Amino acid sequence: MSRRREGAPASWEVFLRARRGLAHQHVGSVRAADPDAALATARDLYARRGDPLSLWVVRSDAVHTASPDERDPYFAGARHKPYRYPEHFAPLTGEGADGDHVE
Amino acid sequence: MSAQATAALPADPAVAPAAEDELLAHFDALVAGGGTVEPRDWMPDGYRRMLVRQIAQHAHSEIIGMQPEGGWLTRAPSLHRKSVLIAKVQDEAGHGLYLYSAAETLGADRADLLEALHRGQQRASATFNHPALTWADTGAIAWLTDGAAVINQAPLCRTSYGPYARAMRRVCQEEAFHVRQGYDLMRALCEGTPEQKEMAQDAVDRWWLPAVALMFGPPDTEAGGADARTAALGAAVSRRAMAWGIKRHTNDELRQRFVDQCVPQAERLGLTLPDPAIRWNEERGHYDFTPVGWDTYREALGDDTHWARQRIERRRAAHEDGTWVREAAAAYAAREDADAARQRTEEPA
Amino acid sequence: MTTSSDIRADAAVVETAAVAVAVAETATETATETAADVLPSAAGTPAEAGPTDPDLAVHLLRLGDDALVLGQRLCEWITHAPTVEEDLALSNIALDLIGHARTLFTRCGRLDGSGRTEDDLAFTRSERQFTNALLTELPNGDFAVTVARQLAYTHYAVLYYEALAGCPDAELAAFGARAAKEAAFHRLHADRWTRRLGRGTPESTRRMQRGLERVWPYTRELFEEDDVVRRLAAAGTVPSPAPLHARWEQHVTGVVTGAGLTVPAPAWSAGGGRGGLHTEEFGPLIAELQSVHRQFPGGTW
Repeated sequence: MSRRREGAPASWEVFLRARRGLAHQHVGSVRAADPDAALATARDLYARRGDPLSLWVVRSDAVHTASPDERDPYFAGARHKPYRYPEHFAPLTGEGADGDHVE
Repeated sequence: MSAQATAALPADPAVAPAAEDELLAHFDALVAGGGTVEPRDWMPDGYRRMLVRQIAQHAHSEIIGMQPEGGWLTRAPSLHRKSVLIAKVQDEAGHGLYLYSAAETLGADRADLLEALHRGQQRASATFNHPALTWADTGAIAWLTDGAAVINQAPLCRTSYGPYARAMRRVCQEEAFHVRQGYDLMRALCEGTPEQKEMAQDAVDRWWLPAVALMFGPPDTEAGGADARTAALGAAVSRRAMAWGIKRHTNDELRQRFVDQCVPQAERLGLTLPDPAIRWNEERGHYDFTPVGWDTYREALGDDTHWARQRIERRRAAHEDGTWVREAAAAYAAREDADAARQRTEEPA
Repeated sequence: MTTSSDIRADAAVVETAAVAVAVAETATETATETAADVLPSAAGTPAEAGPTDPDLAVHLLRLGDDALVLGQRLCEWITHAPTVEEDLALSNIALDLIGHARTLFTRCGRLDGSGRTEDDLAFTRSERQFTNALLTELPNGDFAVTVARQLAYTHYAVLYYEALAGCPDAELAAFGARAAKEAAFHRLHADRWTRRLGRGTPESTRRMQRGLERVWPYTRELFEEDDVVRRLAAAGTVPSPAPLHARWEQHVTGVVTGAGLTVPAPAWSAGGGRGGLHTEEFGPLIAELQSVHRQFPGGTW
């Protein structure tokens, strides 16, 4: 997001898998000159507590984004297809959604 | 972000720029509805500026706040306390970095922010313009100023700007440990020898005012000690910050909450808070205390004193002494990048 | 994602108390959950104290003094480091080292039959009674000197603690295994900086080489073997560090030459720390360490 200052270390986005079974989640960013240093800083910063399993760092300027607020056409389709969601349909059992597969 | 909030937005501002007032209306509706503003959303300049200023000041305070306690790392009187203090000072460095990272999502550059701190253009909390003179000060700082910080910061976990709120949730989780350990440290002193207890009381005598006055900002209500004009001004600033969801309570509300929390804690420790006006007010359901008037506030600021200068000087010296190290890291990375690029051209995939 | 390989959990120092609830409930405990937790804490009753072993007590005290004194030196960096990130990294390492010292002191106090606690050992001995290797007490110097000192120590510590992990004493072996992992993370830090400073700018190359020259005469003492160590090794109680020197040299040579630097060949070798003969800079370090503790006789902390 921010411009790269001359000589300033690059910005890296940090993703942490906090537990087995979870996807890596974006937790913030760090400044570091190179990937190894970025990983080390990310580890000191975002994994001081807990028992995290894995870290990713990605150069912030290598992240390509599409945000609904800014590029509506990209996501316009998503909101208008209610049939993609289970709630659109009648429950499988009389008791309600209990019989449905729940993600 | 809620579907409702996104649905309300215009089609594609990049293609068809919406009129500023239309964008503002969407923004106001989003914030008024308790929605979260994210980095790439349109936002009013004033909102962005207020956030950058607040987040940067908070980040600077964490970094400068490492110093008074950091000076006691080498002198902690037990290895357990030493470990705890290292972990705490380390958290403060971490909090500074979380917050700089949040500020950067608003287009601020961390190097610029640090430079502004070093040049005195931006400031850290004036609380740290006070010296940590004894070991007990590390306990008083953690119990009182971190205790105040938690009260101040807890509402910020729900602040309207997403990256700030997320950073603050991490900060608050960790601050809870800071306050507890500070209280625990003070309790050990109060249960120790008379000399230890005396040291604890002395530290509280010196840290109470900086905590109660400075951690919550200047008085912004007449009840809190501001004159009518200042109260109106303070209220206006607070109102705007509240309307934008950056702030959720007045300074004086939070200050009252802090006093209400500390008085019984001090009683349990057997320590006296240095304010003779403190007493329970049945009618209000709160503790009365001496209002932090503007004079008291200004006096507590300790601006341009020995310690105010010293803190910045130390930060600037560390930064300047480290220039060659940062330059080396940058040069190394540039060379590695160049080598990698050369290899890619030599061996096309 | 070829460059951002996962940091494996075992390469990281792991503080296990994680979530807000745990933090709130065990506020003061969370900070210190490092290798120190492998062994029971100081307050053991004489009945639990187990058999004494004066030689092993001497040996563990040396290891503990190394860790405490180096940790104390690293604490001096905090708020003075080249970046805030480095304040964080160095304090992390210091925290682990203090954790190692606590474990080792606690065990030492049981083994020598004195019943001294970790704090008795850290705060009430005179400087002549400290038995750390001189390397660990060398003043920080510039960042390159600190990196060079870390390089020498961490490569040694990983090798020694890995060897200790194979000793027959289950408690000590478990400590060794955990300390080796923590030291391995510290070693990554030292390797990374040696390479960056060595291959950075002309100034950093010069400073890093000078840093290596400064600390190298003090490295040999880490591997010294005296009668105490020989008896312990012969009995199979704990390994001697002496046989590890060749591998240490091979490893650090790889890092140093990989950084475009030269491994110093000092004409002399320092010693004496194990016998309590220290540098003149050591007195102020101990005075500072113990100042508050000594100022309040009978104090509880």
